[in-house]
Amino acid sequence: MSRKILEVNNLTKIHGRGCPLCLESTGPEADTNICPHCGSVVAAHGVSFDLYQGEILGIIGESGSGKSTVVKTLYFDDAPSAGEAVFFDEDAQYDLYSLNAAQQRSLRNKRFGMVYQNPHLGLNFNVSAGGNIAERLLMSDVAHYGAIRERARSLLVRTEVLENRMDENPKKFSGGMQQRVQIAKALATRPPLLYLDEVTTGLDLSVQAAILDLILEIQHELGTAMIVVTHDLGVVRLLAGRTLVMKYGRVIETGLTDQILEDPQHAYTQRLVASAL
Amino acid sequence: MNSTYELPLDEAGYAFGFMDEYAKKEVRRAILKAICIPGYQTPYASREMPMGRGFGTGGLQLTLSLVGSNDTLKVIDQGSDDSVNAVNLRQFVQMTCPGVDVTEKTEEATLIQSRHRIPEKPLTEAQILVLQVPYPDALVVVEASEARRKTMHGEADYSRLLVKLYEDIVKFDEITISHRYPTRIHGHYIIDPSPIPRWDVPKLHQSKALILLGAGREKKIYAVPPYTHAEPLAFEDVVFSVEDFRDASGNRRICSRCGASDSFLDEFSDEAGEKIYQCSDSAYCDEQLALLPSPASGRGAEVAA
Repeated sequence: MSRKILEVNNLTKIHGRGCPLCLESTGPEADTNICPHCGSVVAAHGVSFDLYQGEILGIIGESGSGKSTVVKTLYFDDAPSAGEAVFFDEDAQYDLYSLNAAQQRSLRNKRFGMVYQNPHLGLNFNVSAGGNIAERLLMSDVAHYGAIRERARSLLVRTEVLENRMDENPKKFSGGMQQRVQIAKALATRPPLLYLDEVTTGLDLSVQAAILDLILEIQHELGTAMIVVTHDLGVVRLLAGRTLVMKYGRVIETGLTDQILEDPQHAYTQRLVASAL
Repeated sequence: MNSTYELPLDEAGYAFGFMDEYAKKEVRRAILKAICIPGYQTPYASREMPMGRGFGTGGLQLTLSLVGSNDTLKVIDQGSDDSVNAVNLRQFVQMTCPGVDVTEKTEEATLIQSRHRIPEKPLTEAQILVLQVPYPDALVVVEASEARRKTMHGEADYSRLLVKLYEDIVKFDEITISHRYPTRIHGHYIIDPSPIPRWDVPKLHQSKALILLGAGREKKIYAVPPYTHAEPLAFEDVVFSVEDFRDASGNRRICSRCGASDSFLDEFSDEAGEKIYQCSDSAYCDEQLALLPSPASGRGAEVAA
């Protein structure tokens, strides 16, 4: 059995001041994630899962179900309201939310990778594609210009961005190419854990297929563990071995992807699968 | 400070050094903190000076709070003792600090206030160099928010400055920063060393003199204490270099006035429209000129001809 990479327990994120009734008055049964008593938004509550080396975990759900909130808190873009997450590195383990800001930044730069739906969040559009990859390498203390350039070139070639466009600004790239540059940037430090937040949403079908192929190839080659957030059932079917289904901030169903798609148990999942197929 | 003791004032009601003693004490406290944390931008209450912010008020406040009647002051503007900014500041100190001597000779000065240059002549442990700073934060080119810049400084997160250097090398095959070269002090904070040319940056490293930098408009004081490491930002394989002043055939240009070949040169056009080069540091140039055997038929005359 492969090594555990990430253990998440009861992750909760509430936007707003919160009240004692928040948790019981929201969720799939209440059919809302806004607390009727105080108006706070319970974006995610009680999310727990384990992730193993080389595994791809899918998180599906409709807009506002809290799936992006989960990866954002794991990538330190957002601080959680409660819960804990433990990251198991090769020779150490880190309780993510008890680290200080500098330690969090260091993990984020060196051991985690993130690909956002919107390339504007993941890329710096004021510098070249190569510069974006260089930024991540420089953050993890590589200070050799030749080495940085070589690594950036090989990553862009690997993600099928034309080598001679490496010194161009990603503003000039198509959406699919921007996503490839983002993936190259995320992979620059060979992270053992990669978060993919709606990476193929908004791209045309052939480009989607190419990017999904690329992600699978990377997973086979590097054994990177990934969390894939999407609302597209086709994406989880192709990529994810296990899947969590979220609604109104709660995990309502979890299991092997095939099982969830072929034999959904929860009424919402049944509707979701039926509507897609 | 003893509140029952009346501080001496001149006939116009001003204390020695124009600023009142409380203001000077506050500046000195900021200086001490800046020295204790090399490279850290210490905030201070920059006072209104009888000249516009941006005319060297940061440097002037440092000078006024440090100068005493036994000091000898030299003021430089872009290497010259005689340009407008230097003359004005020198006259102001002479007017408000009776008993302070002024000089143009680097070695005679105990306190040197400078704009955009460090003197060519090596400074000593007995001297303090005060630099006027327009933009104290080296990170301002990559991050607009001061709150975020402070976090970046605290965590020594300077990767985005290095990305700027990377982009320079990609576009121009060299680092194109000509002045205000980001320099890491004592292994942590990166400072904007004021708009000194690259030529002067190595003089910060293990300097014998205390170097204080004051930004009046931005209300910051920072320091390079004596014998402190100052490393200009660079890559392992693309190293920092100073201006080399070579002409098209690869020879080092010399000063057309004094013939010096080891100083930072300014480029001028003469009456005929030809480019000529002269020492930027006028005190150094004068000294080299005086060393020549005979002023009329000296090296300088030959060079100019």
